[in-house]
Amino acid sequence: MADSSPQASTDPGTTATSSPEQEQFDRIIEQDSRIEPRDWMPDAYRKALTRQISQHAHSEIIGMQPEGNWISRAPSLKRKAILIAKVQDEAGHGLYLYSAAETLGTPRSVLNDQLLTGKAKYSSIFNYPARSWADVGAIGWLVDGAAIQNQVPLCRCSYGPYGRAMVRVCKEESFHQRQGWEILHSLANGTPAQKQMAQDAVNRFYGPALQMFGPPDGDSPNSQQSMQWKIKRFSNDELRQRFVDMIVPQAEALGLTLPDPDLRWNEERGHYDYGDLDWDEFKAVLSGNGPCNAQRMAHRIRAHEEGAWVREAAAAHARKQADVETKESTLLRHA
Amino acid sequence: MTDTTPAAPSPQQGDAPQELWPLWEVFVRASRGLSHVHAGSLHAPDATMAVRNARDLYTRRNEGVSVWVVPADAITTSDPDAKGAFFESPKGKTYRHATYYTKSEGVKHL
Repeated sequence: MADSSPQASTDPGTTATSSPEQEQFDRIIEQDSRIEPRDWMPDAYRKALTRQISQHAHSEIIGMQPEGNWISRAPSLKRKAILIAKVQDEAGHGLYLYSAAETLGTPRSVLNDQLLTGKAKYSSIFNYPARSWADVGAIGWLVDGAAIQNQVPLCRCSYGPYGRAMVRVCKEESFHQRQGWEILHSLANGTPAQKQMAQDAVNRFYGPALQMFGPPDGDSPNSQQSMQWKIKRFSNDELRQRFVDMIVPQAEALGLTLPDPDLRWNEERGHYDYGDLDWDEFKAVLSGNGPCNAQRMAHRIRAHEEGAWVREAAAAHARKQADVETKESTLLRHA
Repeated sequence: MTDTTPAAPSPQQGDAPQELWPLWEVFVRASRGLSHVHAGSLHAPDATMAVRNARDLYTRRNEGVSVWVVPADAITTSDPDAKGAFFESPKGKTYRHATYYTKSEGVKHL
C-alpha cells in the first residue's frame, strides 16, 4: 500500500483515492470490529491474509511429520494414543485454516499446489528432525508453546474466519503443550540417561522455538502493515519476550536448563534478558537448507500422490450415486 | 470456516485446477435442546462422506450430538453492501421492546 500521494491519509490500508468502501473498511478496523468474507477489502489485505493463513495451514500439515514419525515407537500405549490424537489435531487445524483461507477466494487446489511446488513457505521449525522420544516432549512444550503464544492474539484478528479458526485451534492446542511438558517431566525424573535425553532435546529446540516468532522487529518488513490492519496484535519481539518469561520457570520446574548463557532476570525491565539467536541459521533453513527440508517436501508430495486414487475413487462414486438418483427420480416421474 | 461464498474471487481462480470435491458448510448441535450452529466448512465428494468428515473434523471432543452438512453453493446470502437498507425496517421501532414502556415502573410482575 505504499503511496506517494501527499493527500493520502495514514489510515490502515488507505489508497490514494479513498472510496466509500475503503472508508467503511477503515472504520471497521478502527472500531476493532471484524471483516467478513463478503465485505469489501483492499487487495493487499486479501493477499497478505491469504499468504499468512495458507502458510499457517501448510505449517500444520507439514508439522504432522516430525511427531508422526514417533507414533509407531511411542514408549507406551497411552503415549501412543495421546500422540495420535495430537497429530490428528494438527491435521484438523490445517483443515480449519485452509477453509478460512478459501473464504478469501483462492481455491483449496491452488493452495495445495503452492505447497507441493514449493511456492508457499511453512514454518521453518518443522525442518528440524525429532531425533529422540524426548524431542516429542520438547516439540510439545516449546514448539506448541510458542505457537500458542503466537495464536492467542490471532483469535482477535480483524478477519473473522481466521479469528474463529484460531479460537478453535487454541482451545485444542492447550493439551499439546501440557502433554509435551509431561513427557519431559517423566524423563527428567527418570534415570540420569533419561534426564540427559530430555536436556539434549531442550538444547536442540530452544533456539529454533524462539525463532518461530520471526525475525527481530527491525528486520520484519511486513509486521507494521499487518499490525495496522489488526491482523497481528503484538510484534515478533514482544511475543518472543513473553514466551521466554513463561518458559524459564517452566524449565526450572522440570529441573532442566535452557541453553543460553545470557539468560538472566533483568530487574529493571521486569523481564528475562536472552542472548542473540542464530539468524543466519534461520535464513538458511527458511531458504531450503535445513536438516529436513527436502525430506519433508518429498514426503508430502508422495503422500499426496499416493492418495490420488482415493480422491478419484470417492469422486467417481459420488458421480455414480448422483446418476442413479437422477435416473430413479426420472423413473418415478414417468410411473 | 467459510461463512459465505466469497464475493470477489482472486484472479488466480481463472487458471485454477478444477476442485475434485465440492465444498460443504458444517453445522453442529452442541447438545439436545440447542440449535445447530455453523462450525466451519470442508471438502467432500458427497453428502455421506461430508457428514463423516464433519464428525472427524468438528466433533473430536464431544462438541456435538448432531451435524448438518449443506453444499456451500446452495446457500444464498443477503448482500453485505446493502445491509443498511435491507435491515432498515426494525430501526426506530423501539416500541417492539418491553423496555420502551416505562409507566409501569415500580408496579410488580409487569
